[in-house]
Amino acid sequence: MEVFKHNQPIIGFMSNAKKFAILSLTLVIISLGLLFVKGLNYGIDFAGGTVIQVKYSGDAPIQKVREILKKTKEYQEASVTYFGSNQEIAIRTKNTSKNVDVDISDQMRKLLKDTGKLEIRSVDMVGPAVGDELREKGLMAMILSILGILAYISFRFEWRFALASVLALVHDVTISLGALALFQIDVNLPILAAILTILGYSLNDTVIVFDRIREGIRTMKSTDLSEVIDESVTRTLSRTTLTSLTTFFVVLTLYLFGGELLKGFSFTLLVGVVVGTYSSIFVASPILMWLKFSIKEFRAKEAEKLKREKEKEKMRAMYEQGTI
Amino acid sequence: MGTLNYRVVIFLFAFVFGIVFSVPSLIQSQEGKKITLGLDLQGGLHMLLSVKTDVAVESKVKSIGTTIKYKLDDEDIIFDDLKIEDKAVKFEVLDKDDLPKVQKILQDDFKDIQVKQDGLNFTLTLSPKLIEETKKNAINQAVDTIRNRLNMYGLAEPTVAKQGTDKILVEVPGIKTQAEEQRIRELIAKAAHLQMMAVDEDRDARVNTMSKAEAKQYGDVILSDVSNPKQKYLLHSIPILDGSMLVDAKVGYDRQNNQPVINFKLNGQGAKIFGDFSGKNVGKRMAVVLDNKVYSAPVIRERIGGGSGQISGNFTPQEAHDVAIALRSGALLAPVQVEEKRSVGPSLGADSIRASMIALIIGFLSVVVFMFIYYGMAGAIANLALVANLFLILAIMSLFEATLTLPGMAGIVLTVGMAVDANVIINERIRELLHEGASITKAIEQGYNNAFTAIWDANITTLIAAVVLFAYGTGPIKGFSLTISIGILASMLTAILGTHGIYQWILPKIDKNRLNFWFGIKKGAK
Repeated sequence: MEVFKHNQPIIGFMSNAKKFAILSLTLVIISLGLLFVKGLNYGIDFAGGTVIQVKYSGDAPIQKVREILKKTKEYQEASVTYFGSNQEIAIRTKNTSKNVDVDISDQMRKLLKDTGKLEIRSVDMVGPAVGDELREKGLMAMILSILGILAYISFRFEWRFALASVLALVHDVTISLGALALFQIDVNLPILAAILTILGYSLNDTVIVFDRIREGIRTMKSTDLSEVIDESVTRTLSRTTLTSLTTFFVVLTLYLFGGELLKGFSFTLLVGVVVGTYSSIFVASPILMWLKFSIKEFRAKEAEKLKREKEKEKMRAMYEQGTI
Repeated sequence: MGTLNYRVVIFLFAFVFGIVFSVPSLIQSQEGKKITLGLDLQGGLHMLLSVKTDVAVESKVKSIGTTIKYKLDDEDIIFDDLKIEDKAVKFEVLDKDDLPKVQKILQDDFKDIQVKQDGLNFTLTLSPKLIEETKKNAINQAVDTIRNRLNMYGLAEPTVAKQGTDKILVEVPGIKTQAEEQRIRELIAKAAHLQMMAVDEDRDARVNTMSKAEAKQYGDVILSDVSNPKQKYLLHSIPILDGSMLVDAKVGYDRQNNQPVINFKLNGQGAKIFGDFSGKNVGKRMAVVLDNKVYSAPVIRERIGGGSGQISGNFTPQEAHDVAIALRSGALLAPVQVEEKRSVGPSLGADSIRASMIALIIGFLSVVVFMFIYYGMAGAIANLALVANLFLILAIMSLFEATLTLPGMAGIVLTVGMAVDANVIINERIRELLHEGASITKAIEQGYNNAFTAIWDANITTLIAAVVLFAYGTGPIKGFSLTISIGILASMLTAILGTHGIYQWILPKIDKNRLNFWFGIKKGAK
């Protein structure tokens, strides 16, 4: 099967680059706005607090649970929501207890004992000190990943390629975070893992495209960068979409079937995969163009390099033959 | 068939290796190395504890008080006003002639203690070095103690380890119910601080009206009875002896009412102190105090030798069992506190396994079907590599006895989607070359060549993120970066090297007139 034809006419991506730039900028600005206005909904991993997951043998009496907690002084602020099904609820509170022997889960069990046949399925409690530490570590991980990737890409590609791909990366992460803020998804450690995965993965497509552009610069006749980019992007269109598609499949199955605990994680990845694919075509490549990458200069440099290498080889050959 | 080449040999070897070493994990055999399930999948309790080291320092001061009291008594030195104030032991020697003796005792037996003498008044404080040592000691001791308790409780493979400089990681798998979890938490938290304390008979009559502050002035504390909180005792705050001199504690049954009791034995030094004290204080009461609750306060009828005693309270057999364990494994020098707790019930763990398995199977099938439909035999070859990749992940994790967590499962699912990316890139390159009219051999060789840098770069960037996550992540998240890293590395072997080898192997079979069957393209080679 072939969806993308071999002789597919070259698409004028770069002539439309401005439109997509406006779209991207709008999305980024909306995301930043969301992050600023609504903010990220930090889960207990980073904010500290307790989440208790309770499953009832029948429908969960969520109203009754809310009433009981309203009446209990320590848990007035607690939020109670359905979790995955009508039978399960999640109770979230900012409270934590330092006691080892009797903790919030034991108190909760006592409070809810008359609400029906229930099972406390999980208790996650993160004290404020640990929350701070995890947040610090999380931020550190983000920064280090970006720096590491930046370093690698600059090592492998010319600096303008590196800058363009990192800008695309920032674009992807910002929009993913914006989506998290929009839907007020609990930001916990798995979300951090998802964001870091997006950092690594959204580069995949960019690398595929850039690799081809680099090749095009060497082999194509044209010295017009936008033409080279257009052709390279068109030729790699099948690759970029298909690789994203296979990943999208599995992330979607994770989202649909992987259970409630992986929902936030797989949602973040879904957004990241889609945005990452879009950005490698419509963000990274135009930036490369706007950074005024000069093909002539590049070719001259390459030729220079080749010449030097050849000379070296010649010298070596002469040396080996004993003529020097 | 073509010639066997090194690539396909390595691939086949990796495939067999993968299957062989993942078998123990897949069939959950007793033999061989296998993957352990994380607490989030098998259910269990994970806690990060901190130690209140200040309390350890305080009780160190107290124990110095106990020792000094004993030594002074032993030398028949008369003293008064022995008390603990502001983390210091203070006392006054009444007879000036005893001063040299006191100074000798302090010099010989109290190293690292700072002594301040003001006439007949002595103030003993801990040196900063000793304070530091006491704190460190308290943490290490808590690790050992908690480990001992959990081992004696009889649970399968609990983990107790020091984390960083001042935290303790406790992981207990296989807990069945909330009630059992609480019982384990109680066992961990129990101070198990046993003390024999003398009742202040001169003032005990006034205990019900006495304030804590007043009691402190006399060097006393007010403690209440374990089963009847209204019953109070006025006790000398410096104990006669404490549980550090205990050598054994066992559950027994009271002969009269058949109630569970705990029989304990003291070591030689403890037995001597106990004997001496009881000999000198016949007719007075001595309280058995456990974790600041008075369990009994019998009147001493005669000198008690042998160094054994009994704790009786309204224990249930279960409580008695746990208290005996706690006493045997020693007291916690300082109380522990929860910094982080994650507890997963067994049913949730099972649900997580089921859900992630379903996601893995559906994700795998959709990718496999897609690859086959889109690329024909080339897709099937990629699928073969994918299967090998999955086995390799399991095998490598088994060999290292790594922990598989829920995010780790997600990592495996994600690997399925990402590992075939390499084959998509390669196949697209091959198709491109075929369209351009290259021969099959040339298309394959050059296709792999052209595709390599892109795959390599893409994998490295993902690997960088995964490694950073491994370094900075905690618990289950580490599991994610682990599976995804192994998955990426394994995919280089299977998806790149392996499939390349297979093509070279079956090259003569590939019919250039059936490119649709082999590569899914509708075009004959020129």
